[in-house]
Parts: sequence; C-alpha cells; structure tokens
Amino acid sequence: MHIVVCIKQVPDSAQIRVHPVTNTIMRQGVPAIVNPYDLFSLEAALRLKDEYGGRVTVLSMGPPQAEAALRKAISFGADDAILVTDRAFAGSDTLATSFALASAIQKIHEDMPVDIVFAGKQTIDGDTAQVGPGIAKRMDLQLLTYVSSITDLDLENREITLHRRAEGGVQVLKTRLPCLITMLEGTNEMRFATLPNIFRAARYPLKLWDKDAAGITDVSKIGLKGSPTIVSKVFAPQPKTIPAEIIDCESKQPKDLAVTLLAKMFTRFPNLHEDIAKANA
Amino acid sequence: MSEETEKDAPKKPAGRRKFELDPRLASYKGVWVFVEHERGVAHTVSWELMGEGRKLADTLGVPLAGVVMGAPGIQTRRFCEEAFHYGADLCYLMEDPLMADYRNQPFTKGLTDLVNAYQPEILLLGATTLGRDLAGSVATTLQTGLTADCTELNIDLENRSLAATRPTFGGSLLCTIVTLNYRPQMATVRPRVMSLPKPDPTRTGSIVEHTLGMTESEIVTKVLEYIPDNLQDKPQLPFADIIVAGGRGMKRPENFQLIWDLAKVLGAEVGATRPVVQAGWVELDRQVGQSGKTVRPKLYIAAGISGAIQHRVGMDASDVIIAINSDPNAPIFDFATYGIVGNAMTILPALTEAFRQQLATLKVAV
Repeated sequence: MHIVVCIKQVPDSAQIRVHPVTNTIMRQGVPAIVNPYDLFSLEAALRLKDEYGGRVTVLSMGPPQAEAALRKAISFGADDAILVTDRAFAGSDTLATSFALASAIQKIHEDMPVDIVFAGKQTIDGDTAQVGPGIAKRMDLQLLTYVSSITDLDLENREITLHRRAEGGVQVLKTRLPCLITMLEGTNEMRFATLPNIFRAARYPLKLWDKDAAGITDVSKIGLKGSPTIVSKVFAPQPKTIPAEIIDCESKQPKDLAVTLLAKMFTRFPNLHEDIAKANA
Repeated sequence: MSEETEKDAPKKPAGRRKFELDPRLASYKGVWVFVEHERGVAHTVSWELMGEGRKLADTLGVPLAGVVMGAPGIQTRRFCEEAFHYGADLCYLMEDPLMADYRNQPFTKGLTDLVNAYQPEILLLGATTLGRDLAGSVATTLQTGLTADCTELNIDLENRSLAATRPTFGGSLLCTIVTLNYRPQMATVRPRVMSLPKPDPTRTGSIVEHTLGMTESEIVTKVLEYIPDNLQDKPQLPFADIIVAGGRGMKRPENFQLIWDLAKVLGAEVGATRPVVQAGWVELDRQVGQSGKTVRPKLYIAAGISGAIQHRVGMDASDVIIAINSDPNAPIFDFATYGIVGNAMTILPALTEAFRQQLATLKVAV
C-alpha cells in the first residue's frame, strides 16, 4: 500500500502580531510549524501503515524552508518526502495549489501507485479547506472530508469504510480506493518521534522537485496566472468606535460592582430581563 | 490562500486600471444560494445567506435564486417555498433518489450542471462540513475562484464584482478578495456570521427543474448508515441567547467552575476561547471564534478573555457584551458594552449572586 500525505509549513498564527503603527504582519520571529491539522492526517496515515504495511510519502508545495516540515514528518515515521518548490508557484491561490500538488501526486503515482491521499482539513494561515477537495477533483479520487475515524480498510477489494462528520450526526460511508481523506482535528494523537527516525530525518536526502520534475507543463495553471482569486487589499479590523462603559464605583467591592452593573444594564436594556427569564424557564 | 500570495507576489491592482470582463463571462447573471438541508430541516445558514444574497442581487439588479437538491417529494419542494419566503425570486430544483443523503459525487455533478446551464455570476454556500466539501469540488470543476469563510460580502459597482472580506493570518488582519475574470464568483460564509432575515410567508417564486442524470452504479461512495448526534449532550452555542465564556485569564481549569455556576443561574450556554479548548478545559464544541463557532446572543459575558481578533470575530455581533478582565488595556474593552476591570475569580461569583437575586425578584413579580 502507498499513501501520500500532503502537508504545509505555516507560520504559527497564534503567535502572529500586527504592528501597532504600520498595520502589517510582523513576521520576524514567528516560528514556522507543520500545519497542525495536517498532523491528524499524517498520524492516520501512519496508523494505516502500521496495520497494513506499505509506505507513506509526504509531499509539500512551498519555499525552500518548508524542508523543515517534511523532515519533521520523516521523524514521525514517514518513509519518503518530496518538496515541490519553484518560484513559478509564487502567488498561488487554492486552485493553482491543487493543480500543482495533483500534478506532483500523479508523478509519484507513475513511479509507485498511490492508494490513498491524505490532506489536512484546512491550514491555519489560509483556513479555506479547499486544496484537499481540489486535488481529489483533479485526480478523480473519491473525496472524504471531516473524517472522524477509519473503521475498515479492505485492500483486496479496494474498499474503505469510515465515519464522516455531518452537521447533526455522523455518516458511515463506504467507498473505493483510490480516495482522498481529510481528518477532523482531535481524532487521534500524534505519536512521538523515535530516536532512529529523528536521525533518519536529519540525514534524509529530501527530493526537491521544480515544476518540470512535478510534471507541470501548463504554466498558465500555476502561480499568479493560475489563481482566479486576487487579494485586493489587506487591512486591520476597524475597532468599534464606542468603547466599553467601565463600571466604576466607590467601593470597588465585587458585590457592589456587580449590583451597579446589573442596575445600569437592565435600565438601558429592559428586554434583557425577559430574555434571561425565558432562558431560565 | 497560500502565504506566498502575501510575501512573494505583488498584489494585482484590482480597480487601478480599467477592468474589462472577458466577454464570454458577461452572460453570467444572477445570485445563487445553495440551500443546505439535513434530515428534513434546512440549515439556517442557507437563510442567512439568502438575506445577504438579496442585498447583493438588489445592488446588481439581478434575480436571486435558491438551489435545492434532494430526494423527490414534498419534503424537498418545501425548501423552495421557504427559499421564496426568505427572499429568493426563483428556485432551481433537482430531485433524485440518489440525492437522499449528501454525497460529494452526485452533488458536485448536479450543482456544476446547474451552473453551466443557467450561469450565475455569484454562488454562495454555507461554510458547513457539507458546504466546504461541495464548494471546493465545484470550484475546481468549474476552474473558478472560491473565497472561504467570508465575514462580509459587497459589490464593487465599478466592475460589478463581488468583494469578499475574510480574516487572514489567524484573524490578525482582514483581507478583501475578488475573483475578477472567472465566473461564477464563489464564496462560503460560516453560520451566524450574517443575520437571519425575517421570512415573508406571502412571497412566492418560480421553480426551474433540472435532472441529475446519474445512476447509482456510477456513484462510488455509499452511505451505510447515519448516526444522529445526541442533542441532549451537545452544546448549542450558535443559537444560544445567553453565553458565559472564559479565556486564559481564568488561570486554572478549576476556576472554570465559576463560569459554569454563572451560566447555570442565567440558563446560559458555556463558551471558551481557543487556548482554553486546546488546553482541554472544555470540549471543542464550546470554542467561540474564527475557527470555532460564531455566536449572536443577546448577552455575552466574557471572563478572562483579552478580546483578540480571532475570538472577537466569533462574538462581536452579540447585543450586549460584558467583559471582565484584570488588564485595563485588554482589547475587549474596545468593543464590549460594559467592562469591569478586576479579578474574574471574585467578580464572577458576585455576578452570579447578583443575577440570582434579580431573577428571584422577577419570579415574585410574575
């Protein structure tokens, strides 16, 4: 069995700050991490490998420094890693990205047939959740997103059974390989990197593919040219012009602050009384 | 949207030169809203989008349409009637037993066929698990632009294009995205981001039927079973009228009990920020914010929450916001209704007691 896992190196958006004067992103010192959602998919792939044997190849499209994310994946147990990197990809939106990744996976498939492709549910920098579905569509893979668990894999009959999160419940789905799966967060816990794998990751001869190596001939489909969506402006959110009324009272005792607040609030918003009474009914 | 868009590439100056829409795309007219439904009930996000779609359609001077796909019968056709009540002028209806349950393959084909046949300029879907699954597939099939999780939708009248605003870089900034030379312009919007319009039961419209044209044997994925959630156990934050939420300022998981106590007295749902959920203090369904739930309660009490933009975008549509934070410079005080600068661990029990007494007087009055 051969599984390909698509991962992305992203800035740790929890640590991103906006410069208070220039309103631009302060990129310096923001650590680059493996997109957290990708790890749930990577772990799911490694578990399938544990159970059924085979190989896991991790793939990423990104600038040269994305190599670190791929080595991280090797340290968790991935067998091979390919970084698709080329200046021509600059400015890619999700349509152009799925095109590039699909081309690369097709190339990988020609070398060693791919049975399942995993991708992260979404990235923490783009948040679109579009690249996984895009790759599936381009490669004619059955798309299974928001998967909470893989309950059965029948390699002989090329069938997979899994649970998929819907709004009000869970769908139990059965489909044929090859397919593309994105895992829901919290559905597994990433294993520890073993010492042998950590050494392996450091020494691993990472494959670097430019657009030609990735099998891309139509350059109108990548980079800015291949991106229908354009960012027309980036701006800081406008703060509400009316700041909070700070509850102040002589005593500053919590009890008095609370009573003062309620008095002010129910005077100004008399309906709130009713709403709370209703919620309590 | 790749980060490389920001860093390496110059932004295309949309609007700085006279923009000419590809003449082949000029025939794309109309605003469509995909009507999502599950187990006989339409997802409210469809109607929130219908309200938003109405505004866009009016600005453009074009019709607003709902797209309803499902099993044949009155339970599906009903959604067309509802769509009219919420503002649609017409409904594209695709009925087929193969669409009784959501599956990516038939729904992608069905929606793509409809788009190719009737050519809308804008197509909106809710950013639910179904909507995101379907939108990505449809946008790739149509080779068009899709903007996810939009918080605002506007029309740029200069070129009649959709300007979709969404948070970026974890919500630290906002960006406006346009799909200039591709049609339809697709966008998804999360539930509760747009307000639910008031339905007009007297409104009617016309139905345009279209066939799916697939056989079951062509569809590779089969639905074996549907396991509904036990609603008793599940938090229902998106529609809660009163929410008490806690953030990192609560300091320790044990202190979260104070949040639960206040919520109990108010009959409120309990919410939390992402760091608190990630630390395992409360379950994922209680996360409020850009990557959690968007809420629109009448009253939102935020204790120990700084008010960072990632959380703010999930709750700033609340009618009344009470913020409790020991830091007088916390950004939450920039947009809350009322603020108490103090220690949440002492303020919360005081509030709980004050509310308890208020409600006791109410009961007596009634």
